[in-house]
Amino acid sequence: MIPLLIYIVIFVAAFFIVTKVVQGAGLKDYTSLKTVTFGDESAVRPNRAAGIISILTIFLMWGIFTGSSLLPGFLHAPGPFEGTTTFTYTAQVEGQAPDDATVTVIVHPREVETDAPEVDPGDGFAKNDSAAIAQWRTGLINVARNDDISKADGNRVIAINGQKIAPGETVKVDGGSVTLSDKGTPNFEPIKGWQMEPLYLPSPEAVWVRSIEIAKEGFRNFTLLEHLGYSLFRVVVGFFFGALVGIPLGYAMGLSDWFRGWFDPIVEFMRPVPPLALIPLVIIWAGIGEAGKIILLFLAALWIMAIAARSGVSGVKISKVHAAYSLGASKWQIMRHVIVPNSLPEIFTGARVAMGVCWGTVVAAELVAAEQGAGMMIMTASKFQNTDIVIMGIILIGVIGFGIDMLMRWAERLLVPWKGKG
Amino acid sequence: MTGLSINNLSMRFDLPNGDHVQALQDVSLDLKAGELLSVLGPSGCGKTTLLNIVAGFLAPTSGELILNGHKVTGPDAERGMVFQQGALFEWMSVRENVGFGPSMKGTPKKDKDETVNHLLDVVGLQDFKEKAVYELSGGMQQRVALARCLANDPDVILMDEPLGALDALTREKMQSLVLKLWKETGKTIILITHSVEEALLLGERLIVMAPRPGRIHKEYRLPFADLGVDADLREVKKHPEFGPRREEILNMIWDMEEEIMGGKEDAA
Repeated sequence: MIPLLIYIVIFVAAFFIVTKVVQGAGLKDYTSLKTVTFGDESAVRPNRAAGIISILTIFLMWGIFTGSSLLPGFLHAPGPFEGTTTFTYTAQVEGQAPDDATVTVIVHPREVETDAPEVDPGDGFAKNDSAAIAQWRTGLINVARNDDISKADGNRVIAINGQKIAPGETVKVDGGSVTLSDKGTPNFEPIKGWQMEPLYLPSPEAVWVRSIEIAKEGFRNFTLLEHLGYSLFRVVVGFFFGALVGIPLGYAMGLSDWFRGWFDPIVEFMRPVPPLALIPLVIIWAGIGEAGKIILLFLAALWIMAIAARSGVSGVKISKVHAAYSLGASKWQIMRHVIVPNSLPEIFTGARVAMGVCWGTVVAAELVAAEQGAGMMIMTASKFQNTDIVIMGIILIGVIGFGIDMLMRWAERLLVPWKGKG
Repeated sequence: MTGLSINNLSMRFDLPNGDHVQALQDVSLDLKAGELLSVLGPSGCGKTTLLNIVAGFLAPTSGELILNGHKVTGPDAERGMVFQQGALFEWMSVRENVGFGPSMKGTPKKDKDETVNHLLDVVGLQDFKEKAVYELSGGMQQRVALARCLANDPDVILMDEPLGALDALTREKMQSLVLKLWKETGKTIILITHSVEEALLLGERLIVMAPRPGRIHKEYRLPFADLGVDADLREVKKHPEFGPRREEILNMIWDMEEEIMGGKEDAA
């Protein structure tokens, strides 16, 4: 809840600051002269400053709640308690005066092995205790263990720091809180603070350091580039074969009623089947090696490309075909000079979609089973709770997916500049 | 024998529900080489069907079509077509569009370039020849379409409302261009239009078609096209015969439209 509120505050504050600054600087363009902008879609263009601040905010929030060393300390959310704290408990046995004893607890970072400190047992039947508890963890402290009178003989904890306590109740102490378990054992819970535990969300610099490390040393017998390269290779090969079969199939469906009738049911049935649903079958048929993944991606791309090519052919204006015929073009020339170029924009759109689907599918397939690949990397890392590698993998997968789309758009602008101009 | 003869052409479309539409009934027409015929008529009178049959995109249910002594059975480069809009190939430059016909025939590059350059001069698009067609205005695009059609040197040019989508001013300029090209090239032209003025101005001959069944209702021979070759078209419109002719034809078409509407009301 607090992170969301902080986020909203940054959002609103940035909005006011940026709009004030822009207005103050007196930047005017045509849009700023429009009196009606609400509902005018063309007047809504992404605010560049908002985009940059948005990305920075994500990293800022990430840093705040992971205690990132990239941020000055005062920006950090309160961290978990670390250090030594003590509390006293009061033990009582029927027929005897209650006796106090002190518990010393060392709260240490998880990665630092720490032993419970030696403490002087003190006097009375209740003896002083000690414990070592990792941050974000809790520990049952069996205080009666070293006492002169055991629990079985009626030794009960009745108060913590002088405050009365019954099983199930909690008393706040320095550095944490003590809850009495159902069986009457104090359970110490150090203050967690508001930061995320590295196990759940490592800090940005930890992810960065781990990324450098993986890039240098590799992960599971393959370098980082090999992992990503394998995924990309599968996508490219699967997409290539999908397009190689799908485009001619789509053309045939667009040009021949027999092909259209024959393949329509198959294509229309296969199109809504998510490629992920085919993974089990493909694994049964082709195993978890390269062949299986390429078949899967081939199937993912095939229907998309076939449908794109089909609608590209069907979308050709009849007047263009008629014009070409009455200019003396043969069927083959019409195919080559009218139908194919006319369908290219649709095919490019299909290719962009297909590449996106293939990229998603390959990662999912690698999550299920693979020797190498981006998906395998994050799946294996998650099994070992290497959250930093998981986050690094997700970021890389996103960057590559974005890169693929940018590349396709660029190719589209270059190769089919007439898109949407017909 | 040169020219185009349309002999007893009928076209009947059978509808899936068992009805049929008689799009054309016994249409006969003789066009001498070099004549410019404009075709008018209310919507549904079969004028586009007629044009599609002449172009060879449709086979008539009965009757025949003879061009220069041979029977027309399908589309051919001898009959060029100019469409209303959107029939240019937007993946080609202006030059490539105009040179499309010669390219398909395998004309040597030198001859082709010569033809293309000449035609671009004629339609006044020499400066735009490397532009993509979608970068041109509507009027310029129709000039490209005209030049593309002429590059093939067809015997007959079929125009399906070629100026219908242009603004009034551009349209007037294009009408002059059509007349100029007609005189210079001596092509036989069939022009379909919705504009009575345009039909009068451009048509050396004019037929008004009537619907249900589609047929030729009335035919005119007009002096305006010849007058307009050298004169301002606005001057031609001041010709004493022009106004009365326009009124006459407009009334004729209005009556037909009303008949159609009346028929619909009866049916309802």
